[in-house]
Parts: sequence; structure tokens; C-alpha cells
Amino acid sequence: MQRTALYESHVELGGRMVPFAGWELPVQYPTGPLVEHKAVRTAAGVFDIDHMGQFSLTGPDADHFLQYVQVYDISQMQVWDAHYSLLCYEDGTLIDDIFLYRLPEGWMIAVNAGNRAKDWAWLQSHSHGYQIELTDISDETYMLAVQGPKAAAILQRMTDTNLEEVAARTGLRATVGGVEMLLGRTGYTGEDGFELYLPTAAVVNFWNDLLAAGKDDGLIPCGLAARDSLRFEACMPLYDHEIDAETNPYEARQGWTVSLEKPDFLGRNALLKAKLEDNHKILVGFEMIDRAVARDHYEIAVDGQVVGHVTTGMKSPTLDKFVGLGYVPPTHQKLGTEIDILIRGTAKRAKVVRRPFYKPRYKE
Amino acid sequence: MAYKFEKDLRYAKSHEWVRIEDDIAIVGISDAAQDLLSDVVFVELPEIGDEVTAGDAIAVVESVKAAEDVNAPVSGVVVEINRELEETPELVNDDPYGSWFFKIKPSSSLANELAKLLDADGYAEFVEENEH
Repeated sequence: MQRTALYESHVELGGRMVPFAGWELPVQYPTGPLVEHKAVRTAAGVFDIDHMGQFSLTGPDADHFLQYVQVYDISQMQVWDAHYSLLCYEDGTLIDDIFLYRLPEGWMIAVNAGNRAKDWAWLQSHSHGYQIELTDISDETYMLAVQGPKAAAILQRMTDTNLEEVAARTGLRATVGGVEMLLGRTGYTGEDGFELYLPTAAVVNFWNDLLAAGKDDGLIPCGLAARDSLRFEACMPLYDHEIDAETNPYEARQGWTVSLEKPDFLGRNALLKAKLEDNHKILVGFEMIDRAVARDHYEIAVDGQVVGHVTTGMKSPTLDKFVGLGYVPPTHQKLGTEIDILIRGTAKRAKVVRRPFYKPRYKE
Repeated sequence: MAYKFEKDLRYAKSHEWVRIEDDIAIVGISDAAQDLLSDVVFVELPEIGDEVTAGDAIAVVESVKAAEDVNAPVSGVVVEINRELEETPELVNDDPYGSWFFKIKPSSSLANELAKLLDADGYAEFVEENEH
């Protein structure tokens, strides 16, 4: 089990440490998941997400290589643009979801902690013949997320660089709290905010400075439970839940990231075929009609037959409703369709509803 | 961790407390249990009339992250359920010893079953040992 440089800081704050993707991270602090969730929606929260991985990609063939290995058309991206994308196997199923940052010197790719080794091996195995430098910079790069309507104002207090002008899904380099870092106006919560990439050596002091700077605005440290409930409400996928190696982007409602007009990229043939054919399954949002909590892996049934499963479910803190995401056959995807969630052996009725449950509030 | 342990109750290792009042067993979950769960969002109660055996999972308490069973600490018949917890599950966190889940009319095995449960000190020790 690995520990981030902020481990002691979390323990000092009363963080409840749990194993996650091989790392010990706080699932919550004494404030609890609901208070932490609400803080991000109404003020600001800071998350230690150092377990995530970062790869640097430079060299004359960097653009060609990146265009080939992931699904989005990066030729449209200017320097400092950032965008969500997917890595697919040749059969069109999902290896990982990633975030791309076009930097002056090349690219940075942010990857999920649990898929870091897998993504690295995949990219390496496809790198032959390209003049590139592909480097795993995860160990020396510390990642934090500062999210919420007050996030920008709090960070603004710590820097002379004008953050107001920074558009959603763009990045910049700036000195914040005396630390030179890369920032992206990106996140995984459905709120405005920034993801910070700074040197690991600087993080302990920066974390304390940030908490002090944001205190009066209601900034609190938030754990993994809140991170999950926030992304779930905005219907953002989580690997091994909504997306996995048995699922293609169209089934997971992420087809918008796939640029089939690109001449060739890994998975293109299979994705083209998948787009033209009917889906085997499709991700829907549902709301419980019977009072119950649907959770990941619970089966979904119709007329007594199991037809799918829940990928994530909970009581939505913002909506105060019992809702979930899950896979059903395309025949059952229409809004209002009633389905049963099997909970401890009993069928509890739910209905298909519109996604997202919470409409993201980005600075467009 | 400084949990509260009410003196006059008996406790199960599965974290339920029980109090006998007018020959009826009143059951809830301990302060340690509600803290470990964190924010309670849902409570599923048994039906009135259910015949239960000590140790059976007869109710469920759900937090943001997980669902946990609530066991009957004694055998008997469920005679009352606390619907208020269905409406306001947070009460379990706010007042664990004041928020009863269900009441059981005990069977003739009550004395034996109570003897198998822990007193406040015994339960406090058990919680302490299992924390680390």
C-alpha cells in the first residue's frame, strides 16, 4: 500500500484512511461525506488525487502518436487546451478514460490510478517507429483538485496571474502560493474549479497554505466518498463501473469523444462498426419509485428476468433522491421505462430518467 | 476514539444495543456503529409480526458508502418499528441511543440471550480491541 506525501496531513485532520487503487487515501474527514459533498456544491473542497498518474509526451511525432492511440481529434486543440478522451482496445472496448493537456512543449496525459500500469504498457507497446519521448512523471507530479463555486476566488488570492480569464478546459502555468505549477480548469465534480499539478516536494506546505487561504470561504478537505457522489450526480463515468473492458464508448454514452473522421486510430474499425449497429446494452439513469438504495453490482430485472446491472447508485445528496446508473438492453432505455432493481432478493421498482442528475456548472 | 457507551444497556458484538422496558426489548445501534457508518441515508425496518431469532439480520442501515445489517440481539416477535427513522435517518447519527429501530416481545430464551451479550464495559473493550 502506497502513501501520498500528504498522508500525515490527512491523519492530522482526522481523515479516515482506506485502501484505494493501491494507495491509502482519506475516504472522508470528520466532516463526513454529505457535508464534504455539499461544500463542493456551495463553496469549495480540496481533494488529494495524487494517486492518479501523469505521462509526459514530447518529440517531433508526439501529435501523430497521440492522434493514433486515443479516440479524440487532437488536431483541433490549441496550446493550453485540455480535453477528455478514451483509450480503446482494437475491439473498441475501453482501456481507460484520460485527460489530455496540450502544452507548449508537447502533451501531458492524466490517467486513472488503477489503470496507470496498464495504460503505460499499452502506450509503450504502440510507440515503436515514432520519434517521441514518453515519460511517466507521476512520482514527481503531485495532483490536487480544488473544486466549487469559490475555488477560483480562493486560488486567485494565492497568485498574481489572472485566473478569472482562464476558460473551462484550458490550462496554464502559474505561481500559486509561491509554487510554480500547471493548472487546468478541469475537474471531476460538475463544478467550476481547477486541477493542480505541482512538485511533490512542495505539496505539504502548499496544502496548509491553501486550507488557510480558503478557510473563510468555507474550503474544506474532501475525501473519496464525496469525490464519488459528486461525479456520480454529474453522471461522469468511473472506470470499473460505467466503463470497462467489456464496454464500448457508445454503450457508455461517451461516443461524443470519438472522432471517427480521423483516418486511423486504435479501435477505429470496431468503433465504426459499433456506431452503425445496435448497442448490446446502454447506460441509463434511473430513479427509485420504491424506497430503496440501489448500489453498484445489483442486478436489474424486467418481468422477472435479469437484463442488466447497476454501475453506481446512492442517495443523491444534492437531489435528496435515490438514483442510480446502470446498463439495460436498448429496448428499455426510453425515459419513463420501469425496471426492477434486485436488492437483497427483492425487486424494487425504478424508472429511467434523464441524465445528468446534476447539470454541471462550468465557466464556459 | 471517544465513543459513548450507555451504562444500562446490553450490547452485541455486531454493535446493536438492547434495553428491556416493561418486558419488551428495545433495540438500536451504538455510537461506535453510527460513527463507523458515517452519514446514514436510509433505514429498512422489519415488519410488525416478524418472528426473529437472535443473530438474524432483520433490518438494514445504509450510509453513503455501504449497507450494513442490523441483527436481532434477542429472539421473539417484532411488535413495533420506528418509522421516524425511515423519514429522518440522520437521527441514527445524531442520537444513536435515543433512536430505537424496533421493539421485540422476547421469547422464553431472553435471560440466556441477554447473558450472552456484553455489558457497557465489555462492549467498550471489544470496540477498543477491534479498532486497531
